[in-house]
Amino acid sequence: MKTGAKLLIEALQREGTDTIFGYPGGSVLPIYDELYDSPLRHILVRHEQAAAHAADGYARASGRVGVCLATSGPGACNLVTGIATAYMDSVPLVAITGQVPTTMLGNDAFQESDIQGITMPITKHNYLVKDTSDIPRVVQEAFYIAGTGRQGPVLIDLPKDINTRSVKEPVVPEKVALRGYNPTYKGNKRQIDRAIELIVAAERPLIYAGGGVISSNASPELVTFATNLGIPITTTLMGLGCIPCDHPLNLGMLGMHGTEYANFAVTECDLLIAIGARFDDRVTGKIDTFAPHAKIIHIDIDPAEIGKNKRVDVPIVGDVKSVLTDMIAGLKKIGTCDAWQKKIKHWKQHHPLRYGKDNGCLHPQFILQQMSELLKGDAVIVSEVGQNQMWTAQYFCFRQPRTWITSGGLGTMGYGFPAAIGAHFARPDVPVFDVAGDGSIQMNIQEMGTVAQYKIPVKIAILNNMYLGMVRQWQELFYDRRYSYTELPPVEFVKIAQAYGIDGIKVESCDDVMPSLKAAVDCDGPFVLDFRIEREENVFPMVPAGAAINEMIGGHPRS
Amino acid sequence: MKAHTLSILVENKAGVLSRVTGLFSRRGFNIESLAVGPCEEPDMSRITIVVIGDDAQVEQVMKQLNKLIDVIKVSDLTDNERVERELVMFKVTADQGTTRAEIMQIATIFRAQIVDVGAKSVILQVVGDSDKINAMEKLLRQFGIKELIRTGRIGILRGTKTVTSSK
Repeated sequence: MKTGAKLLIEALQREGTDTIFGYPGGSVLPIYDELYDSPLRHILVRHEQAAAHAADGYARASGRVGVCLATSGPGACNLVTGIATAYMDSVPLVAITGQVPTTMLGNDAFQESDIQGITMPITKHNYLVKDTSDIPRVVQEAFYIAGTGRQGPVLIDLPKDINTRSVKEPVVPEKVALRGYNPTYKGNKRQIDRAIELIVAAERPLIYAGGGVISSNASPELVTFATNLGIPITTTLMGLGCIPCDHPLNLGMLGMHGTEYANFAVTECDLLIAIGARFDDRVTGKIDTFAPHAKIIHIDIDPAEIGKNKRVDVPIVGDVKSVLTDMIAGLKKIGTCDAWQKKIKHWKQHHPLRYGKDNGCLHPQFILQQMSELLKGDAVIVSEVGQNQMWTAQYFCFRQPRTWITSGGLGTMGYGFPAAIGAHFARPDVPVFDVAGDGSIQMNIQEMGTVAQYKIPVKIAILNNMYLGMVRQWQELFYDRRYSYTELPPVEFVKIAQAYGIDGIKVESCDDVMPSLKAAVDCDGPFVLDFRIEREENVFPMVPAGAAINEMIGGHPRS
Repeated sequence: MKAHTLSILVENKAGVLSRVTGLFSRRGFNIESLAVGPCEEPDMSRITIVVIGDDAQVEQVMKQLNKLIDVIKVSDLTDNERVERELVMFKVTADQGTTRAEIMQIATIFRAQIVDVGAKSVILQVVGDSDKINAMEKLLRQFGIKELIRTGRIGILRGTKTVTSSK
């Protein structure tokens, strides 16, 4: 006979879980009692939201399913933002919540919330377990659903009596069988052949690669495919790292804060090959003018993404890695579109990313460039959301997949710091930086307690402009500089860090940037860098809301 | 924009209906009619939903429905040869004498059944497609409809084609 809690822990171990991020409470006491002497490592966060983000960061950095645990009611509700973040970015996550005993379900019992109902639209699937014997099967299914097909979060709600009850150990099925869930991995041969025909015929082809390339672990295939054919690649925010930043075919990020040359290339290409990307509004700008001259091939594992926002000429449903492998095999080297490459080279030369360097102020872009130079791509960079995120995407040179972790779809401020904690447990071998703003960091600053307690060597680089910078930028550009509730009073972040027993440096001049970054990397534990940056620096170029993506503010004059 | 009849085969589990209808409400779709019941497989249910939307919108909802783990199969019956039925019960004001006779005459024409007779009212039950039911409702209105209840529409493909679990 085994208790539900014991069955749960054993099931997690069977799935290969080594680390759980969580926060205890009344209804999960039986689970915590079982964790007390289990080999699973449990990281006690300071807020359940951080548990979900940490599990998410762990999953993105490792490619494995992240696990978080919270109690019923408020604990479960605090996971919601983290679950929604993972859902929007297709991150494999299993969230386990306590629940009031089955006899009290629906009675507004103490710390009861209908977390299954609440998370229905933000999970790939969820479970309310009503029989202890179901626990092993449910855990197995949850990991399977979270980690296969288009990945995503799965929630398991466990009433307290289900965890305490003892049952005869149920037989665990050999493998998961779900008749309503059969993702397509292999691309349709006929569609692949049609895609190849279009690629051969194209004069100005362009690859638009998204987060699906990363989650499918298909970066090597993507680079081979592109280099074989000489096709330039632009990536989404989520796709950064799938091709090294300095690869000659790489055009960097496209979209609202993309490079000018990427956006020009989209606008002028005659064939757009979308790979694991979903034509998000931050990418496309005005949808009718997105890739107006192009035929479109769309490769995605989720059939619901194909044709959702933009009409597609050749849809290929399948796993990016598998489809690209088939396409590489089907395409011998063809002409490398010399005229097109020359044009792109010209754009790259005449429209590089730029910022004003000369006024003696500390520019955030400079900090990111220095960080990039120091770390040489051999680090995991996590960001918060806003200007800090866009500057990192633009100026940090990513060289490998899974070294860039950011909340793209939901745009969750407060994501970065806890996600960096999770990323550290996935990649303890490299430095992990959270690039933050002074706004974002204060959304989950309590996690300084967590990194201090476990000596987690996450480095927090705060680009401190005493504003909610991205919103302020919009107010400056589109609301006549009326800075409505976006100014933040100065905070001495180093002092906050010190109160938790964490080291830090305040940095106010360009000359101090590199030494302070080195000090952060050399420090064994967590470290806070409080960069006092140029207050009204903007993220440019920028596509205003509702404009075509080749209509950018802050770009170069068109030559 | 037109009415689409979707036939959805689902696992017979708690919460499934909520998952399915949630996908419609999230997109601001109003469900015109909904019918749920057991089907030929003991552990599955069949849901028929009638929804008004343009083809692209409905196609997107169907794709999202297909993504639900508990959904086994989704079909849009709209452009297929099919049989659709609803069952309706009317409680109609009917005094003894001429009114009741007239109502019974209408019932005969529509092949409706009288399932209850009271001192001041009768209950008629009729099965048919929406046109027939709407026509009958129009005729009965003159007597005073005290209460009307319709099941959701159900639909099935003609011929050998099926909406079954070979997903």
